[in-house]
Amino acid sequence: MTLERDDVEKIAHLARIAVEPEELDVLQRELGGILHLVEQMEKLDTDGITPMAHPLDMPQRLRPDVVTEENHREEYQAVAPLVENGLYLVPRVIE
Amino acid sequence: MDELHRKSIAELSAGLAEKAFSSVELTRHFLARIRDLDSGLNSVITVAEKEALLQAGAADERIQKGEAGPLTGIPLLHKDIFCTKGVRTSCGSFMLDNFISPYDATVVERLAAAGMVMLGKTNMDEFAMGSSNETSHYGPVKNPWDTERVPGGSSGGSAAAVAARLAPAATGTDTGGSIRQPAALCGITGLKPTYGRVSRYGMIAFASSLDQAGPMARSADDCAWLLSAMAGFDERDSTSVERPVDDYPGALEQPVKGLRIGVVKEFFETGLDKDVAASMEQAMEELKRFGAELVEVSLPHSEYSVAAYYVVAPAECSSNLARFDGVRFGHRCEDPKDLEDLYKRSRAEGFGAEVKRRIMIGTYALSAGYYDAYYLKAQQVRQIIAQDFRDAFAQADVLLGPASPDVAFRLGEKASDPVSMYLSDIYTIAVNLAGLPALSMPAPRVKGLPVGLQLIGNYFDEGRLLGVAHQLQKATDWHLQTPEAFS
Repeated sequence: MTLERDDVEKIAHLARIAVEPEELDVLQRELGGILHLVEQMEKLDTDGITPMAHPLDMPQRLRPDVVTEENHREEYQAVAPLVENGLYLVPRVIE
Repeated sequence: MDELHRKSIAELSAGLAEKAFSSVELTRHFLARIRDLDSGLNSVITVAEKEALLQAGAADERIQKGEAGPLTGIPLLHKDIFCTKGVRTSCGSFMLDNFISPYDATVVERLAAAGMVMLGKTNMDEFAMGSSNETSHYGPVKNPWDTERVPGGSSGGSAAAVAARLAPAATGTDTGGSIRQPAALCGITGLKPTYGRVSRYGMIAFASSLDQAGPMARSADDCAWLLSAMAGFDERDSTSVERPVDDYPGALEQPVKGLRIGVVKEFFETGLDKDVAASMEQAMEELKRFGAELVEVSLPHSEYSVAAYYVVAPAECSSNLARFDGVRFGHRCEDPKDLEDLYKRSRAEGFGAEVKRRIMIGTYALSAGYYDAYYLKAQQVRQIIAQDFRDAFAQADVLLGPASPDVAFRLGEKASDPVSMYLSDIYTIAVNLAGLPALSMPAPRVKGLPVGLQLIGNYFDEGRLLGVAHQLQKATDWHLQTPEAFS
């Protein structure tokens, strides 16, 4: 499967990473190289093999539905880029 | 006092108990070594001098009151992937250059509760993605055996610091070989435990189904004490295993005689440097001398492990690293014009090239229409690889092979070719895919540089791995050799 420049732009958008036009060629080549490595898997017949979901074949544990977390708002917001009155600020989303 | 950095953890512990020196003195000794010697290595990102001396003072009080454990007062370094309350946790990334965690990782909490003293945080590949430590925002780490060479990665700072005796021990994490490969290239002992044995809480997530924390130190003996304190169930990590922790120090003296050691055929075929192969032979001769039975085993599908890994790890990383969006913490771009611009530029500026590549590969693999061809296929390959190991463990108690195909490569040698860098983890990745424990310990050096002997165990067989390594280390001095400038 070859990756076109358009594909790289689309992937970068899905990943929410800004990419400059001059970076596209290098990314196309590098990502293409990685996918080429990954495609070695195609040589292996995996028909009927159960995908491995967990190394120990262990179900996810359940816990009682009770509140265990305390309020850490001030500590958490101390490392935030922009807060006001206890709220995280971002650019206007709804016009 | 001058020789404190040449002592094992057990020796340091005995010295503290006998009051031959205090934890404050010991801590000052290592802080001075970091100050004097790390400028040429760049193994430490943040030195926590003030916090370390406070912890050392508290440890001395515990020792005074007779409340000390075997690790009380012993200094260590944490890989900068572990959240430490009040001390910056960068994960080797500009994204988290300004991040001070509001809480401690479970590993940090447990080792602190055991009385260990945190000297600081070690350099690493950005978000643990790399095999040479060259992807760090804080610059590459140099290998103390030859400063023109890489220390390996991603736990390269931890490995270099322990090899240079800047700390008696360090923590590491291993997603595809990130404890074992740098341990091999720097000539120390490092253990990746069974998946789920050590809590991942507060350890910045890269690939959640593969990530595992473990100890890095001079010897298997030291690692056994560290793992005892690190391991155990943690309800804050949903994949933590509810199972009692074995007595690792107690397992060190198990005899090697009669043990079936499986030599992994594929790990000695194409690509292995012939001098590294000769070093492996010497280690195997030693094991035979102890009465171990060496048998050949095969992992016929191990050649597919790198391919499967570069789907599973990027896919999980693209999901885990979606949290770095410039809103709640981490880097935010200047003057975002709208929310999408804020996300895109914050992430473009905050992440380095390797992290972006992996996020994009993972995004692609998980995008509509490609899931079956990539992620599902990789999880099936993973099952086949795990079955190879089950078959091998029917014939052998422990598996053996090199940890890395060659000695440390030169800085810059593989930096421009991602795929050639990925292939340097060819002997370590299969273990992560299967979730098994494995360690790397020093074998005889070649060309003056360290070589890592890898021992792979069955699930939860860490004690046996440490025992085999300890018996070898009792009879040899491979693990005691130190680079001259740091001896």
